[in-house]
Amino acid sequence: MFGAIRKESGGTRGASLPNPDEARKTFTWEVAEQMLDGLPGGHLNIAHEAVDRHVAQGHGDQVAIRWLGKSEHHHDITYAELAERTARFANVLMENGLERGDSVFALMGRVPDLYVAALGTLKAGLVFTPLFSAFGPEPIRTRMEIGAAKALVTTETLYRRKIAKWRDEIPSLKLVLIVGEEAPEGCVALDLAMAAEPPDFEIARTLPEDPALIHFTSGTTGRPKGAVHVHKAVLYHAVSGRYALELTPGTIYWCTADPGWVTGTSYGIISPLVNRVTMIVDEAEFDLDRWYSTIQREKVEVWYSAPTAIRMMMRAGDAAAKPYDFSSLRFLASVGEPLNPEAVVWSNRVFGRPFHDNWWQTETGGIMIANLAAQEVRPGSMGKPMPGIEAGIVERTETGLKELGDGEIGELALRPGWPSMMRTYLHEQARYDKCFVDGWYLSGDLAMRDKDGYYWFVGRADDLIKSSGHLVGPFEVESALIEHEAVAEAGVIGVPDETAGEVIKAYVTLNPGFTPGEELEREIRGHARKKLGPAVAPREIVFRNTLPKTRSGKIMRRLLKARELGLPEGDISTLETDET
Amino acid sequence: MTQEQMKSAFLEELTKVAPDLEIGAIGDDDHIQDDLELDSMDVLNLVAALHARLGIDIPEADYVRIATPALAADYLVGKLAA
Repeated sequence: MFGAIRKESGGTRGASLPNPDEARKTFTWEVAEQMLDGLPGGHLNIAHEAVDRHVAQGHGDQVAIRWLGKSEHHHDITYAELAERTARFANVLMENGLERGDSVFALMGRVPDLYVAALGTLKAGLVFTPLFSAFGPEPIRTRMEIGAAKALVTTETLYRRKIAKWRDEIPSLKLVLIVGEEAPEGCVALDLAMAAEPPDFEIARTLPEDPALIHFTSGTTGRPKGAVHVHKAVLYHAVSGRYALELTPGTIYWCTADPGWVTGTSYGIISPLVNRVTMIVDEAEFDLDRWYSTIQREKVEVWYSAPTAIRMMMRAGDAAAKPYDFSSLRFLASVGEPLNPEAVVWSNRVFGRPFHDNWWQTETGGIMIANLAAQEVRPGSMGKPMPGIEAGIVERTETGLKELGDGEIGELALRPGWPSMMRTYLHEQARYDKCFVDGWYLSGDLAMRDKDGYYWFVGRADDLIKSSGHLVGPFEVESALIEHEAVAEAGVIGVPDETAGEVIKAYVTLNPGFTPGEELEREIRGHARKKLGPAVAPREIVFRNTLPKTRSGKIMRRLLKARELGLPEGDISTLETDET
Repeated sequence: MTQEQMKSAFLEELTKVAPDLEIGAIGDDDHIQDDLELDSMDVLNLVAALHARLGIDIPEADYVRIATPALAADYLVGKLAA
């Protein structure tokens, strides 16, 4: 057991919510709206709230983004420069014939143009979708097809490696912008195009309910789902950044998440800029000394990271952290998957502050349940619902939903209506509707609430896999595997891993004429990595003669997993053919 | 073990972790993350594989020293001799 980390001594001082329990009772959305400016006539645009209004209010010289390149190169972008560059970007979109509501995709690493593209797209009234640059060609293509991408912003390397071959097969795609001053045939060089455009742009008068962002997330079956978020979401980005992450104007803030995932957009672009912080953006991947040096040199005050990285730091041990000065840190938060209690306690010892775990999903658009600065931290718990958010633990019954009491395990559910809630799954209203029962949004996560109102994650209610904080749908992985000529069938599960939370493991059966072996295992894994990228491809493949299946022919992943973990097999009444 | 032998051993383990890569197509100065697109879990698996094969412990702080085949061969030969 790990004791609670109390906050009497200094932790609550200066907290945005000095008394969270009281704030939960008195919170109203009307008061929260005072954090935003809005546009005349009831219009609302995220880019205005995040950038332009700060310039208008005299903060143009403040650094918005301190960009740390992979090499030693550092580069500051002020709010005024960001306003100008996003205006030029918006002009480029218009100049190329794009229209309000069109879909703009970005595929690139954490370079300044990514941030300009996101905010410039919103400024122009178009809809932005970030993709993870380590995705293989297949997940990229699927998402661009579903989202009917009109424009893509990417780099020359990524374009040649992952896009060029099939670019002409996406009929909706009109414009490919390439970062830099040169572009392959049929593409436009972004730097040149932006230089040719004026530095101002009349911001699109979007309505609060106009679509702004589409984030793709995985389903257990079928294709990835595009969760649609609207401009009104910015209200929740403002509020939750302030209360759950302690983002106040001028704060030096580092979110380590990539904007290819929802955290990197909600809390790596929008929320921090709306709260007028100075964001640290590091182009490089995790590197222990680089990270510790960054905190020390940049005097990072608020740090939002993820369990996989935190566990890697922990493995390196206390001694590796010893030479560094972490005294600038005032608040640490973690998201992506549950943070194990050992890591919470470890961080409190090494950094002098604990990581505050919080919970949310692509669909919720923002942090729903959190350990707040002025609230006792119970290591291993995701905390309590945010002000304005009503959560519950429910059970699906034949007649509807039953709310469960403290200490009972059930599905974590939320009362719909907060501003950053998804408004639909793109072209999939039926799948969207299925998320709501009896006035609750069902998260698909199993959890328990203790008698003091803290929530504790228990597991997923479905077959989705959480690897290094990324939600991976087994179906997408299985589909790529069976495209290999040797593979007849595939079942994909997540197996526990002390660093990544879960890693992806595949069970496959082979077509006649193929023999299991190390070489074939590697060949299939290589095939999957090429199609899916390293984050989504299985790390391990095992061969079976048959897979456990139901009468309707569905592979029982649940059974594969129970056996892998040595757990009870549960109800196997629908099992028709078993694993051999 | 010579530099060349060490490089081959490194490349063999690298392509076991990331079988989408072909040994012949990997340059000596290719960065395993930036150019060859390994992610951080791949790097951990590579470190574990090198440990199993060579008995060499690579602490986190030294991961930058195996970032390319050329760097790794230097570093690992040095570690083995130490």
